Amino acid sequence: MQGGPENATTTDERHSSRVAFEVNGATREVRLDNRTTLLDTLREHLGLTGAKKGCDHGQCGSCTVLLDGRRVKSCLVFAVTLDGRSVVTVEGLAGPDELSPLQAAFIAHDAFQCGYCTPGQLCSARGMLDEVARGWPSAVTDDLSAPAELTDAEIRERMAGNLCRCAAYPHIVAAVRETAATR
Amino acid sequence: MRAFRYHRPADVADAVAVLGAEPQAAYLGGGTNLVDLMKLGVQRPDLLVDVTGLPLDSVEELPDGGLRVGATVRNSDLAAHPVVRRDYPVLARALLAAASGQLRNMATTGGNLLQRTRCVYFQDTGKACNKRAPGSGCAALHGQNRDLAVLDWSEQCVATHPSDLAVALAALDTVVEVHETDGTRDIPITALYRSPGAHPERETTLARGALITAIRLPPLPAARRSTYLKVRDRASFAFAVGSVAAVLDLDGGVVRDVRLAYGAVAHRPWRAYRAEAELRGRMFSPELAGRAADVELAEARPLRHNGFKVPLTRAITVRVLSELASS
Repeated sequence: MQGGPENATTTDERHSSRVAFEVNGATREVRLDNRTTLLDTLREHLGLTGAKKGCDHGQCGSCTVLLDGRRVKSCLVFAVTLDGRSVVTVEGLAGPDELSPLQAAFIAHDAFQCGYCTPGQLCSARGMLDEVARGWPSAVTDDLSAPAELTDAEIRERMAGNLCRCAAYPHIVAAVRETAATR
Repeated sequence: MRAFRYHRPADVADAVAVLGAEPQAAYLGGGTNLVDLMKLGVQRPDLLVDVTGLPLDSVEELPDGGLRVGATVRNSDLAAHPVVRRDYPVLARALLAAASGQLRNMATTGGNLLQRTRCVYFQDTGKACNKRAPGSGCAALHGQNRDLAVLDWSEQCVATHPSDLAVALAALDTVVEVHETDGTRDIPITALYRSPGAHPERETTLARGALITAIRLPPLPAARRSTYLKVRDRASFAFAVGSVAAVLDLDGGVVRDVRLAYGAVAHRPWRAYRAEAELRGRMFSPELAGRAADVELAEARPLRHNGFKVPLTRAITVRVLSELASS
């Protein structure tokens, strides 16, 4: 095929599509069965296994990535909808040989045990800190008219979409708190 | 999952025309509910018409002081909008009480209104469900029905509507703007949803192929004193066990205006008109709020496992109105 797009399992022409979108700064072009989620596209067609498949129903958050800069659950996005869009996964948070401040803080605070949920926690925290910087309120923000202060209660509420079965929550909160304070 | 074709419509007319011509097509918004239901086999469209590229993503202040919100405005953007936070806190609170940060970034205004019940029997294709498979029966009626309806249910269906947003919009007398194949229509949100009756598979009054393009919030200065209280089984990221949206306007302690709607009690967001009538024109007190809730809930018919929803809804009515009265 022209341009050497990655091949995907397809059904027929009517039920598949060619999609070109940016992943971690590079344009990727794939032909996909329309049923393929962004999560499966990343993991099974693009070799990016950072985003994890936990529940595959949008409930656990381990598949969280940034789509056009906003955190989303990649298991609930059909890749066919992404033509021209931009995705950042945990692999793109920093260069291959470096750590983002958030990643460094997760290590410093021992913010994981098994690590399965960590890529999703990191992408979610990254997106969440940007939301705070934009002044977005949360369900625990008392005054909707003022910019939210990032208390531990705010961090916990804003990270509620990411489950950790090892229950590393106190350390995740500490890592996010430290990253927010040093931004 | 059933294989499907994918269409990105050129404009609203194209979207509506394609849906009208394709009996098994579905609109795709944020996908947070539909994609999941397709994975579960509960919904099996053979064509998805992706409406997220249509120019329906703006929030517009209207000359009359109201607000028009495009159907593809994401829940997170709407909750963060400065006018919503200032003039309609009940709306911001309802949005923020729902789902998770990731899902609010994805979910659209129109899609939120048309999301499907989270009744576990509806979501399990191995169970009888008249909403999913008309005529198959209702496994929930005598099953695990703790989370289901106490008001206005039928022998055919005891599901509840899961949206928090819709409860706030019901309290605010929101108008839903709809495009159909033969033109446009305004529908009061309280007339958008149906009672389950004998046909729980018909959830709204929308015609086949109709597309919600916007919602319109009427001006309501009293709504600056409004809020949404949601009770759930954990502190965050769960559907309501009970919820109340409330607007309260007092004049020297007397209720000049009040708007009240309940979530998690019925097949649709439940506007509590009878409670409002009981409150209006009277000196506010927590006791009055309790009596008003009693009037509204007099027709409740709890199922085997959800009798607690009646006193719960009463209690949160008293709490929310008392907090608004003292704020």
